[in-house]
Amino acid sequence: MFGYYLDLALRSLRRNKILTALMVVAIALGIGASMTTLTVLHVLSGDPLPGTSATLFYPQVDPRDMDGYEEGKRPPEQVTWTDGMNLLHAKRADRQALMTGGAVPVQPAQANIDPFFSDARYTSSDFFPMFKLPFLYGRPWSESEDNAKARVVVISRTLNEKLFGGKNSVGQTLRMKDSAFQVIGVLDSWRPTPRFYDLNMESYGSVEDVFVPLTTARDVHFEHSGSTDCWGTGGGDDDHAETSPCVWLQFWVQINGTDKVAAYRDYLVHYSQEQKTLGRFQRPPNAQLPSLMEWLDINKVVPGDVRLQTWLALGFLLVCLVNTVGLMLAKFLRKSGELGVRRALGASKREVFAQLLIESGVIGLAGGMVGLLLAFFGLWLVRKQPSSYAALAHMSMGMLLVTFLLAVGATLLAGLLPAWRACQITPALQLKSQ
Amino acid sequence: MQIKPILSALRRHKAGTFLIAAQIALTLAIVCNALFIIQQRVAHLSEPSGIDEANIFVIKSEWVGAPAPDQADAQMREDLQVLRQLPGVQNVTPSNSYPLRGDGWDDAIRLKPDQVQDSSGATIYFADENFLDTLDLKLIAGRNFRAEEIGHMDLRYKLAPPVVIITKALAEKLFPGETAVGKTIYLIGGPATVIGEVELLQAQSVEHWASEFAYRSVIIPERLNVSLGAFYIVRARPGQLETAMPAAVKALFAHNPRRVINEDDGVLSFSDVRSRAYESDRGMAILMGVICAVLLAVTAAGIVGLTSFWVGQRRKQIGVRRALGATRRDILNYFMTENLLISVGGVLFGAVLAIAINLWMVTRFEMHHLSMVYLMAGVAMLLLLGQGAVLAPALRASRVPPVEATRSV
Repeated sequence: MFGYYLDLALRSLRRNKILTALMVVAIALGIGASMTTLTVLHVLSGDPLPGTSATLFYPQVDPRDMDGYEEGKRPPEQVTWTDGMNLLHAKRADRQALMTGGAVPVQPAQANIDPFFSDARYTSSDFFPMFKLPFLYGRPWSESEDNAKARVVVISRTLNEKLFGGKNSVGQTLRMKDSAFQVIGVLDSWRPTPRFYDLNMESYGSVEDVFVPLTTARDVHFEHSGSTDCWGTGGGDDDHAETSPCVWLQFWVQINGTDKVAAYRDYLVHYSQEQKTLGRFQRPPNAQLPSLMEWLDINKVVPGDVRLQTWLALGFLLVCLVNTVGLMLAKFLRKSGELGVRRALGASKREVFAQLLIESGVIGLAGGMVGLLLAFFGLWLVRKQPSSYAALAHMSMGMLLVTFLLAVGATLLAGLLPAWRACQITPALQLKSQ
Repeated sequence: MQIKPILSALRRHKAGTFLIAAQIALTLAIVCNALFIIQQRVAHLSEPSGIDEANIFVIKSEWVGAPAPDQADAQMREDLQVLRQLPGVQNVTPSNSYPLRGDGWDDAIRLKPDQVQDSSGATIYFADENFLDTLDLKLIAGRNFRAEEIGHMDLRYKLAPPVVIITKALAEKLFPGETAVGKTIYLIGGPATVIGEVELLQAQSVEHWASEFAYRSVIIPERLNVSLGAFYIVRARPGQLETAMPAAVKALFAHNPRRVINEDDGVLSFSDVRSRAYESDRGMAILMGVICAVLLAVTAAGIVGLTSFWVGQRRKQIGVRRALGATRRDILNYFMTENLLISVGGVLFGAVLAIAINLWMVTRFEMHHLSMVYLMAGVAMLLLLGQGAVLAPALRASRVPPVEATRSV
């Protein structure tokens, strides 16, 4: 029966080409627009480290003075050098890393490459195992190298290709800001989306090219970039960053096990109290421990415009569907005569209903396919945009499947009412009026 | 025109009537809000910067190595000298930032040293005595900096210049109804005397968070020396921007090669700066426009389709009416009025929906309240669209001959 109904549907659709085309185009536009924006939203609101993110947390304490104090406000978004180092050395979590961003002048040994600035990350050693960075060659540095302020550097695959032609450069020397560093590791491609660990920089930018120990970076006076928030007597200059009342570092911890999370939160409160007793902190203890995904949420990482566009596209799809329902209703009711004959010849209401639903399903499938093409075109347009996340806008297999299900499901849903209305006809009346 | 028979006919087509009305309502709600967003974005990106945009370009020069602040200042002054001697260059000034750059130094302004609540936020622009002329700012009160007042500082020092120039917008906020020249304001590092007031100078960020102090700027008579480098704002002689930009880079490298000027954003004409600052706003406005157009087209097509169906279905009744003496005009009017009734129902519901969507967006997307003008414009647009879309099927209906009444099929 399915084959017969399909044949009937195709004949019926062919009979009124303009109406069919109108319905298919409406569905396709709605699906295309929705899938483009949903794909972008999906990419941008994804989990940067699937499998690991649930164990990563971003401890926050409030070291500010009472100036501008308001109860219930969140602590600063970063930590001071003193607190960062205290928490780092306390080692109360399974892993912990203190870091900040910067830019370093790279002076290549080759005469044919001009000096250039590279984005850099200054961090303590746990950064690499904690965030599971893939290594192409070599290894990360160790805690002892952190403590020794060792002149070691881990570089990205891109920089390795630029400077060393992609060869194993472990053991080579890299000059940065007139200091010599030994390359100990080369990273493989790694691009967490969003780039969660430092939201002061472009949230969807690529990962830095140069990684050096935080202690070393301070020792050789590498410039720090990103946000610096000061209070009281803080001036925000780089030379006194260790002692001035400014927050400018990010501190991440890995905690395996939920009971230990509660313990760590208690520890942060305890730490705040202790610092208040010492006179360093003035505000009542305000310790927070958001998880990675919570932290992204708090910072509203997904751009408002992207969310707005998604809502707009879904609204557009809704109008297209209402439109299709109307057109299908017209079409099915127009076939009343034909359906009356079928009913009179013995087809049950159910069979007529199934026949009409198959017809709407065919429209949905066609609309879905055209819509998918439109979505690919839409994503291509998004990639042409200059925003930092443009390059990430790609359709995944999952989204492909969702597109089809959405198109066919939505059209079937749209076909329900018209099909039901068309089934309600009384065959005798239809035959008589002919 | 009899409304009653139309209503009773519509009652027999509840589903179709409801669908057209719903589509009109949804379209109105979306189009109103989209038009409103377009207007806001366009208004935002047309805000004036207050500077001579046509002739200005900006060079971002970063030092290689780490010159000490004094050395960096000497290098900077040499650079300014080099740039000023170029034939295409009218004037040049060093700064930490420029309007529409995106980020930079913002500070809190207070009127008393012990004040707890800040009086205003403000954008901080470091400058020398050529800043006003280079940017072509209009001095409306007081005087410009003198050359001997220009100092230089690095980040070790607190921001505490003896004198500053502020914008009119900041002056009006701090000293409403009074002249600001001669008054004292407190920056983070200490007091400063206002010596001049300029008409207009936009902030470096055009993002929502900075909109509160969008035109409140403070000009500081210092060259800011950070070992990373600085921005040189250059005003080319009229019509010589194109040639001056590459010439300036060449001259800087010829003078001192130990620097980095990025290829993609090291030298930007101000029109580039402007399009970079507003590209997301422009993209959003275009997208909204396209969606609106397509949405209206889809709705019109839907109305044409459904009305055509009704006309086809009622051919016989139309024939009967014609045979009983109704003119073509009567038939045309019937379908036009029918559509008008449905549309009015749709726009009423749509207006409520539009306001509801706007209220929801106000809470979620930093949106303003929908102005009634946009609602009215949307209503008028959809009513006209409905009448326009229904015209073709209605005309076809009016051409149904009276003899149709006698045909059986």
